[in-house]
Amino acid sequence: MKRLIPINLVLPVILIALGILIVVYTANNPTDSLVARMLSYTNMFKALREHFMLMVVSMTGAIIVGVLSGIMLSRPKLYYLGRVVENIVNIGQTVPPLAVLALLFVIMGIGFRMAVFALFLYSILPILRNTFAGIINVQPSIIESAKGMGMSPFRILTRIELPLAFPIIVAGIRTAVVINVGTAAMATFIGGGGLGDLIVAGISLGREMVIFTGAALAALTAILLDHVIGQVEKGLVRWS
Amino acid sequence: MIKLEGITKKFPGLKTPAVDNLDLEVKEGDVCVLVGPSGCGKTTTMKMINRIHEPTSGHIYVNGKNVLKMNPIKLRLDIGYVIQEIGLFPHQTIEENVATVPNEKKWPREKTKQQVDEMLTLVGLDPKIYCRRYPSALSGGQRQRVGVARAMVTNPPIMLMDEPFGAVDPITRARLQNEFLRIQERVSKTIVFVTHDIDEAIKMGDAIAVMREGKIVQYATPNELLSSPANEFVANLVGRNRSIKRLHLIRIREILNGIARPGPATLDMPLDDIRKQIEKSDIRAVMIVDHDNKFKGIIGMNELKKNTGETAADYIHELNQLITEDATLNDALSVMLECGEGYVAVVSENDQYRGIITLGDLLNVVKEEA
Ligand SMILES: Nc1ncnc2c1ncn2[C@@H]1O[C@H](COP(=O)(O)OP(=O)(O)O)[C@@H](O)[C@H]1O
Ligand SMILES: [Mg+2]
Repeated sequence: MKRLIPINLVLPVILIALGILIVVYTANNPTDSLVARMLSYTNMFKALREHFMLMVVSMTGAIIVGVLSGIMLSRPKLYYLGRVVENIVNIGQTVPPLAVLALLFVIMGIGFRMAVFALFLYSILPILRNTFAGIINVQPSIIESAKGMGMSPFRILTRIELPLAFPIIVAGIRTAVVINVGTAAMATFIGGGGLGDLIVAGISLGREMVIFTGAALAALTAILLDHVIGQVEKGLVRWS
Repeated sequence: MIKLEGITKKFPGLKTPAVDNLDLEVKEGDVCVLVGPSGCGKTTTMKMINRIHEPTSGHIYVNGKNVLKMNPIKLRLDIGYVIQEIGLFPHQTIEENVATVPNEKKWPREKTKQQVDEMLTLVGLDPKIYCRRYPSALSGGQRQRVGVARAMVTNPPIMLMDEPFGAVDPITRARLQNEFLRIQERVSKTIVFVTHDIDEAIKMGDAIAVMREGKIVQYATPNELLSSPANEFVANLVGRNRSIKRLHLIRIREILNGIARPGPATLDMPLDDIRKQIEKSDIRAVMIVDHDNKFKGIIGMNELKKNTGETAADYIHELNQLITEDATLNDALSVMLECGEGYVAVVSENDQYRGIITLGDLLNVVKEEA
């Protein structure tokens, strides 16, 4: 018997409903006119849309670049370079997001594009590292038997290495998403917009309702994305 | 079929070559076993045949073709390959695993499916049960079988096997070895088989190359290896009980013709003639056959002395220690020990009398070349 609502849709539905509830409630029950202006539908949707755009654009770029460069570095010829990059990446990840933003701001100025670029840079790291590690850690005997049976390096990559590294790559993407969502809220500091605008405005004007709305929507977005990626992972990995 | 000429392999950073100017020829349909202590270059030698390793110098021919000039991918598609770690793909079902080479060769789906099922059945795995399972749901022995099935599914004429039964317990190993020999009898592939276990080498090999420090010390049949080891090293490798091991290798048929003994008697012979024959015999008994040479039984000196009968038929009795020509000398020895007698009668499948083998004959065989 098929379930009416597949179980993995329950959480997203709840999250989205909660988001709508918050948006509708705050828009209709502002504590004063200042809040009413800040939490107008237009304003909230603009912030949400910017927030999503920041994340989606930077994540898409980071996944493409991170996975591709992870694959390249895992090729035997570039293996040692890969190890070096892996170490640099590990160090890079310990730099706080705000410092990255500040650094970029100094070097390259402000704006939405700048914010996307900063998020992109920051999200590449875990994806690249996990792609590299996931491929490198496939058991040598598996690769050897594939090679010995006449699979080409490209076939081995697409049929063996990537599928086996897949869970680890997805874990990297999940980490990137979590970082990305947290950092996206800071895009406002370099004029990137997003839900951070609400939070910062709320803080500077001392309106808790605005802070809460911005923070809650950012949190819901984060949980939703993490869940979706988790489902993708589960759906594609049937073995083990 | 497979020919290595002056093959040398030096790995960067190693002072001595892993394989050192090695020549080897494997006949079509033979199992050639490379045996020797760990690190002597067995695996390296084997892996040069399908170009997992490139030789530093020398030539390799497979079916007369220069392997080093072939496209390595094409070459490997036609050579079965089994390694000790098996290397099954954990993210693929057993069916997908076994279908690896057919898929690389772009076989039509039905042909692949049919061949995969046939192969799994051949190695003793029911396709209905195992096709959809993942390797993690299989025992060690079952995984080995899948590994062998995967290597043989497109029926390649040549197989390379690196310690294929190395990772399982001794009982499972013996079973896999026997099954493998049974399959090999049917398919007659040309096989290069690597092991460090001399007993496995003797059991599986038609020819055995004993290796030491990248060189072949002796290349011989198992029997030759046991009867006349080329030097101290080989003698130590095959061990002290090589006489017993040889008994495993020689079939009764092979020595029967070389043994001169008076033939059997028939029941209608006069008792006196039978008595004379028994007196001449070294086992103090005579075998009785009918006129079609069918084995009937035995008359011994002791019965004849009792003097209670008139014709041979009154003295004949059944014999327990019977054995076929295809049995090994070791089987003959086992029967003798079990029955507490120093001889055993040899018959064919349809009870035709072939002769007798005595403990003395076995000793002679063992002594001959020791
Ligand atoms: N890929 C490799 N790189 C460097 N040295 C190797 C490599 N493979 C094997 N060797 C060396 O070559 C020698 C022979 O190894 P191998 O053929 O694996 O021995 P065996 O299979 O007989 O145990 C050993 O000294 C081993 O350390
Ligand atoms: Mg080895």
